[in-house]
Amino acid sequence: MEKHKVRATINGRQTEFLCYPHQSLLECLRDILGLTGAKEGCNDGNCGACSVLLDGRLVNSCLVLGVEVDGHSVTTIEGLADWRGLHPLQEAFIREDALQCGYCTPGMLMAAKALLDRTPNPNEQEIRTWLAGNLCRCTGYDKIVRAVHAAAAQMQEENNL
Amino acid sequence: MSEQYTVIGTRPPRVDAPAKVTGQAVFATDVVLPGMLHGKILRSPHAHARIRRLDTRRAEALPGVRAVVTAQDLPAARDITRRLGEGAINFKFMCDNTLASDKVLYVGHAVAAVAADEPHIAEQALDLIEVEYEPLPAVVDILQAIAAEAPLLHPTLHTRSLAGVSERPSNLAAHYQAIKGNPAQGFAQADVIVEREFRTQTVHQGYLEPHASVAFWGPDGIITIYTCTQGAFAVRDAVAELLQYPQAKIVVIPTEVGGAFGGKNTSYFDVVAALLSRQAGRPVRIVMSRAEVLQATGPSSGTVIRVKVGATCDGRLTAAQAELYYEAGAYPGSPVGSGMHVMFAPYDIPNGQLDGYDVLVNKPRISSYRAPGATPACFAAEAVMDELAEKLGLDPLEFRLRNCAREGTRNIDGSTHGHIGARQVIEAAQKHPHYTTPLEGANRGRGVAIGYWGNWGSISSCTIGVNADGTVNLLLGSVDVSGTRTSLAMQAAEVLGLPLDKVHPTVGNTAQVGYTEVSAGSRTTFATGQAVIRAAQAVIEQMRARAADLWNVPVEEVDFERGVFYTGHDDRQTMSFADLAAQLNQTGGPITGVGNLDAQNWGAGFGLHIADVEVDPETGQVNILRYTAIQDVGRAIHPTEVEGQIQGGAVQGIGWALWEGYRYDANGQMLNPTLLDYKMPTALDLPPIEAVLVQETYPHHPFGLRGVGETPIVPPPGALANAIYRATGARMSELPMTPEYILRQMKVL
Repeated sequence: MEKHKVRATINGRQTEFLCYPHQSLLECLRDILGLTGAKEGCNDGNCGACSVLLDGRLVNSCLVLGVEVDGHSVTTIEGLADWRGLHPLQEAFIREDALQCGYCTPGMLMAAKALLDRTPNPNEQEIRTWLAGNLCRCTGYDKIVRAVHAAAAQMQEENNL
Repeated sequence: MSEQYTVIGTRPPRVDAPAKVTGQAVFATDVVLPGMLHGKILRSPHAHARIRRLDTRRAEALPGVRAVVTAQDLPAARDITRRLGEGAINFKFMCDNTLASDKVLYVGHAVAAVAADEPHIAEQALDLIEVEYEPLPAVVDILQAIAAEAPLLHPTLHTRSLAGVSERPSNLAAHYQAIKGNPAQGFAQADVIVEREFRTQTVHQGYLEPHASVAFWGPDGIITIYTCTQGAFAVRDAVAELLQYPQAKIVVIPTEVGGAFGGKNTSYFDVVAALLSRQAGRPVRIVMSRAEVLQATGPSSGTVIRVKVGATCDGRLTAAQAELYYEAGAYPGSPVGSGMHVMFAPYDIPNGQLDGYDVLVNKPRISSYRAPGATPACFAAEAVMDELAEKLGLDPLEFRLRNCAREGTRNIDGSTHGHIGARQVIEAAQKHPHYTTPLEGANRGRGVAIGYWGNWGSISSCTIGVNADGTVNLLLGSVDVSGTRTSLAMQAAEVLGLPLDKVHPTVGNTAQVGYTEVSAGSRTTFATGQAVIRAAQAVIEQMRARAADLWNVPVEEVDFERGVFYTGHDDRQTMSFADLAAQLNQTGGPITGVGNLDAQNWGAGFGLHIADVEVDPETGQVNILRYTAIQDVGRAIHPTEVEGQIQGGAVQGIGWALWEGYRYDANGQMLNPTLLDYKMPTALDLPPIEAVLVQETYPHHPFGLRGVGETPIVPPPGALANAIYRATGARMSELPMTPEYILRQMKVL
């Protein structure tokens, strides 16, 4: 089987890689590009641990083929913080203790970012609805919902300054 | 130790959080070693079959395949039972469960394994392994499994009981019995008796991270294994026993653990990865798929429980009786014993009888799941207690308070309660605004349940090393599955009089730190915490001696308080921890403190949960309106983490109550081996979970804490069943309480 060349913007950088046509985006990120922040929990789109943004849209990277992202832009958990510091969502997850084992956390954060990109000031029901595609087995979601709320409030405040 | 703490009871950010929110935390599946191969496991498609022929030659010939192993590659295991992880394990059974030899006993039972250059090649190779099976009749129903004509999983296994060993072989591995007082007389004294039968389904721990291991059998004979486990030493000992190999030559490096809940106490394929690595001469990584996790790792027992409880008109319990049938899966060892222990533990009952049955079925071998065995038993007991309270016209909390267990109360199984807080959680519930606010509206109901878990102590080790800049390294034998690096570093900081950021905790591997039991049984903050306190005290004792040398005074004259060494009689003889630390290497050498212990006198935990639900009378859909979980935690070291344990545990219990359950066809095929069909709770299914900490210092820990992690999974099914009854008028006797089941109980379907 022949490998295909894929050119994509990964976390803001032009990136080229070779992959088999059957390899998922998740496999390409983890096994070829060494971006192991996205996690495999089910490999069939039901847990959300592999959530990334594809052209700003939330996707399960296990359900996207690597070759499909040719010419597109992908943001993973590794692209959420930059050298200036953590994203307000990451800070809020730390402050509110919104994680335990941490395995769902990268996907949960990417899903939360996708929510706040569209709905900067979500209510509790909107947060719970949006995060329903991301399973967490440790926290019972309570502190995650609070952290997303807190991050939204902080980002609103910063925007108003 | 001072009563006023500076670190204990605060809410610092957890030390593992920055790596976890940035995707940098290293889980076993993230580990890559040079030249690493990818392993896959061939699994049985049959629930019960004899292996007639196994031929791996075509797989071996596939280009890119580097190793193939079967049961033939494992040395013959010793037929001995040893304590390993949270329970006892017979190594012959463990060996057979690792790679089946003559029979497969469940769908998903491992038969062979392959390592190849790429995962897809390994998958292709599995297809080339030829296995000829002779299918045998399977049994997955617990009561059918112990019927006389049932197909036998192990033709040489006999029932163990107080009467000895049964004459005929049986799928009933054991019958346990406990009697207190005179049950017949107790029931004769009762004015009201409630008798019911309950059924619960097999459920899974549901950790998001599938099992993963990376093993390298080096040319020096050292086997290095990176794995996600609750206990590095439990894995090491299992591998050492299965390979009959020296323990010192096996180095198990525990990685971050992506959820465990009891399911990562044991070892499934660490030894298989090691054998593949020996054959290939290269490191091998094996990662399970979700279907493998659901079908081949230990779920928790499905059960049948019969309960009978009697009380007098004035609301006093007179007798209780229960028969508990627990699935063990393919090999003996269900948690029916702890089911018996917890079943009536919240109550003081003068007479009772418990019969527990450990039953083999063609399902994967049961593993621990958070308070193993307790949740189904509590569900059955609390549904019956609720019905009794109703028949007696008593408020359900008042009924529980009248009969509640205290220090010194003897359980039916013969154990006696130590210092407990059963009464305290009931009283806290009575005063809580959730209980004092009436619930209004049609199709709504409120339920309560009280649950118990005994917790654990056991063996822990750690080392503290003092650095010249006044920081310390805390090397822990306990794997961190719940935030324990933080809660243990807090205990070290408190004793050493240092701010938390001066203490750097690390989880050690088996070559670095002393033997430590699995992180299980809600024991780590309690037991390893005491090892940490001892290690910190050892550091201080040595530093006092060093200060005495420097000041040329007897050591008894050097005191230590809040991070400062001093003598009472000379103002110049005072030195901070950091100042003394800076001089250690020039004044006699470094200082380390070691803490080793086998912690006893652990404290049990009680939780009382209050649930408000609304049930749609047309669809049977349950909407949880409000949920409060109250628990006696002793002193909370890190209250936010304790709340997190309670919220997470309660939600696992809610999932067990309402949605989760393995479904099988008659041939033993699991019908729902995906996370779409095995439905775990999402954020949308839940309200906020209010965790209420009842903090009364527990006397047998220096900081007064109890284990907290497991108790919260115990009460939810009982609380929800009782709430659904008040909303619908229909009593619940099965889990999960799906909309379909609720409508049937309501006689709508």
